Amino acid sequence: MTTSAVLPAKKFRPGFWTFFFGLVTIPFCIVTVLRFYKGLGAVTHLSDKFPWGLWIGFDLLCGVGLAAGAFTLTAAVHLFNLKKFEPIVRPTILTGFLGYIFVITALMFDLGQPWRIWHAIVYWNPHSVMFEVAWCVMLYTTVLAVEFAPVVLERFGFHAPMRIIHGIITPLVIAGVLLSTLHQSSLGSLYLIVPSKLHPLWYSQLLPLFFFISAIGAGIGMVILESYMSKRAFGRHLEMDLLEPLARAMVVALGIYGMMRLQAIARNGAFSAITDFTYEGRMFLVEFVLGVLLPVALLSFRRLRTDPTWLVAGSFLAVLGFVVNRLNVSITGMEGAAGVRYVPSFPEIIISVGLVGIGMAAFALAVRYLNIFPEQAVHAEGRPEGG
Amino acid sequence: MTVGLLFDATRCIGCGACASACKEQNKLPGPVEDETSAYTWTTVQPKGDTFVRHLCMHCLVPTCASVCPVAALHKTPEGPVVYDSEKCMGCRYCMMACPFDVPKYQWDRAVPIIGKCIMCTSRVKQGQPTACAEACPAGATTFGSRADLIREAKDRIRQNPAGYVDHIYGLTEAGGTSVMMLANQPFEKLGLKAALPGEPPAMRTWQVLSNIPDFVAVWGVFLYGVHWITARREAVSAHQPPPRSPGTASTDDPHTGRRS
Repeated sequence: MTTSAVLPAKKFRPGFWTFFFGLVTIPFCIVTVLRFYKGLGAVTHLSDKFPWGLWIGFDLLCGVGLAAGAFTLTAAVHLFNLKKFEPIVRPTILTGFLGYIFVITALMFDLGQPWRIWHAIVYWNPHSVMFEVAWCVMLYTTVLAVEFAPVVLERFGFHAPMRIIHGIITPLVIAGVLLSTLHQSSLGSLYLIVPSKLHPLWYSQLLPLFFFISAIGAGIGMVILESYMSKRAFGRHLEMDLLEPLARAMVVALGIYGMMRLQAIARNGAFSAITDFTYEGRMFLVEFVLGVLLPVALLSFRRLRTDPTWLVAGSFLAVLGFVVNRLNVSITGMEGAAGVRYVPSFPEIIISVGLVGIGMAAFALAVRYLNIFPEQAVHAEGRPEGG
Repeated sequence: MTVGLLFDATRCIGCGACASACKEQNKLPGPVEDETSAYTWTTVQPKGDTFVRHLCMHCLVPTCASVCPVAALHKTPEGPVVYDSEKCMGCRYCMMACPFDVPKYQWDRAVPIIGKCIMCTSRVKQGQPTACAEACPAGATTFGSRADLIREAKDRIRQNPAGYVDHIYGLTEAGGTSVMMLANQPFEKLGLKAALPGEPPAMRTWQVLSNIPDFVAVWGVFLYGVHWITARREAVSAHQPPPRSPGTASTDDPHTGRRS
């Protein structure tokens, strides 16, 4: 079937992952019922000693971080006028929007009393980073929804609201970049309050900056991965002429981030944890070698950067390293002070995996029924001319 | 005037009257547990031949109150750090952030709230001592104004320097607390958090948060400026002829004329 010239871009082809996530649905529903009927203690390994686990470490910290491609690309296209990235703005905004919906849904599981989530709107505490986080989530989800709205509106032919959104696109994009900057960094600021608890390999007064820069790196990595997966799933071509400069930007972001991290560790005098090969040191090495050193080393070579396989591999490593970093900050780095080892329970993992599956299904549905990839390349070779 | 508690580990006999009195005063269900929980707000734990109490330290600048997004926790003028369960949405950031690991959670409930010592705030408001201080038969926990308690603690150390380590736990820890402790051995050996920063952790996040308005202004103007420059550049280049080979002056072009 490799000779087929026309790939059915919108035909539903269930694969391994469809069955995998389909299978997860049943335990997902069971755990959901148990969690709200019996409480957090019944389904999670959380405790008084370790109150935040996988749902904060992965769902919240990674979900927000991996949505960072949206503000990076909208800024590039609308503010820096790099028009050539226009074709991948829509799928990236969709990813950002779904990422934030994912985060909010995960919060509904993790909050003790999620039906009070609106309290953050009426009871204010501007001294709280969590207050900032709550407002960033609310406002930026709104911005992403408005930025994405034209895709839905054009589908149903509502042109008047589209014109309004088009008219305010610049302030909208600026608001989006502002909110993202605040939000990405505020997730790092969350951990500024625990100087006596977070391991010196990760604690730094620069945590907000680290979270921001690494989110840009991982956000770009996600854009590249997503282009690759769209290519596989919908028979699209890899836009190498777009992705190669993105990879360069990712290398720069990761490079700056890596240098700053090493400086911070030196300032904390925490290199001994690495050389002594402690638990924290080993986890740091996984994060740093996989997520920073390898992708920077690989993608610094033009030959590898322009090869789709290496490009995707490098981006995958960067995203993986980013996930390990967020888990390290929220779990590994906190275990020492807590005096316990936290391993997520099976139900906790089921919820996280299930939410990822729902997000991917939503993405696939949107691609099928909305014009997410504007110059939809239905044919395997040769893209439409002009435009 | 802010009040507080002084716990003297050298006087504690480990009878547990304070823990029982706390249960009764705050109507907490179940028996007194070995460790503090959402249902046991204070305990007396044996450490070698000494006993040590665990309870909320009621920080002068409470970390829990600074991190709570809905302001469910706050420091009262009288001294106690109190909790409003009606506001709490259960994010558990207070548990994460507390340098003393004090707030506990009702993990077994579908509608859970936080549990921690509130220094018998209703009694304190009426000028009464806390239930634990009133119940203590050995004078190990005393209630009073924080200034008086500090003076008292210093006196005890001065009068019996061999019987105490020369440190009042809570005088400066995490910026100072309303509950203070004395002991005859290093406090980390008694299971208390040692090596805490002298300034309140809340200052570290406030440094960042207080700069947000300035940051938004500068970053917003910068982003708009970038947009303005790139848009202007595009507008200008749209009005100019396409690039030609070098040596050809633009005014020579008969089709585009001069400047537009």
